[in-house]
Amino acid sequence: MCSYIVEKASLTGSAKGRGWMKIDTAHVYYDHPFHAPLDHALGIDFVNAANGGRERVAVELSAESARELVRAILAALESGEREHATADAAAQATAA
Amino acid sequence: MPYQSLHAETIPFRGHGGFQSEAYYARPLTSERVPGVVVIHHMPGWDEWTTEVVRKFAHHGYAAIAPHLFARFGPGDPDDVTARARAAGGAYDAEVMGDVAACMAYLRAQREASGKIGVIGFCSGGRHTYLAACTVPGVDAAVDCWGGRVIVDDPKQFSPQRAVAPIVHTAKLACPLLGIFGNDDKNPNPDQVNRTEQELKKHGKAYEFHRYDGAGHSFFDYGRPAYRPEQAADAWQKVFAFFARNLAASAERPAAA
Repeated sequence: MCSYIVEKASLTGSAKGRGWMKIDTAHVYYDHPFHAPLDHALGIDFVNAANGGRERVAVELSAESARELVRAILAALESGEREHATADAAAQATAA
Repeated sequence: MPYQSLHAETIPFRGHGGFQSEAYYARPLTSERVPGVVVIHHMPGWDEWTTEVVRKFAHHGYAAIAPHLFARFGPGDPDDVTARARAAGGAYDAEVMGDVAACMAYLRAQREASGKIGVIGFCSGGRHTYLAACTVPGVDAAVDCWGGRVIVDDPKQFSPQRAVAPIVHTAKLACPLLGIFGNDDKNPNPDQVNRTEQELKKHGKAYEFHRYDGAGHSFFDYGRPAYRPEQAADAWQKVFAFFARNLAASAERPAAA
């Protein structure tokens, strides 16, 4: 609904569109999408603001799928960090 | 009378502050003099749908032009430019009004121009249309399609780019106004539409509002679930009837209230 409301998240990482690029910011908004056939979509633009922010890697998601993505991100982090912690502990035990 | 043969192109123009901008322009291929229409794009930007609307007006006998209001955010695909504009808070009202005025001048300078100029805008462009009708000299008729924030109830919605609610300029409205709204819309909601109408009445302005049940925001947009074919078809007819009436060579501007 033309809200112009944009949440900004500072990031460390990379994204791939036409090619890989370093990213430092995500612009997150819920508004009219450009491409997705939805009335409103959760949009995320991954940009390198320090480099001018001209290029972006973008997604437009339904509200429901955006929430599913949030759940999946948190679940992946939780399980991944747990596995790595276990592996690290095992490695340290072996080294000792 | 429909015009099957059209000329359409992207043209350069000097916008607000002398900015070298671009616009999409289409006109019917006819030796007749035709009225002009400035099409103000919606929040998703200077997109394919906007160019379709410009050609639709040309098909119906108007020279139409849609300025790229986000051109100041740099070159690139319109969707990427829109993303930059959104992240920066959008275009300033003064820039948009200047670009609209420049496009009106462009239309009036064309050989086929009748001299009459209408303005139509959608979504955020509806708000811009209301503002242009009140503050840009020379608009002969204006169509606000579901423009949100003509009335601002939450002060947090003000920004440097949009520091004033257009409703405060209503006394200066100098042309007939057509409003197209969906009753399921939340921005503007029906109460805001009613209050806008009250303000127009209070100032004795020439206007007609059409409110559609079963329709919300952007119900012309056939690429989205919001599309309502019956309501859209009826509303388009009302748009063309309104412009035919108010942009005819013989149409007189209403006396100032």
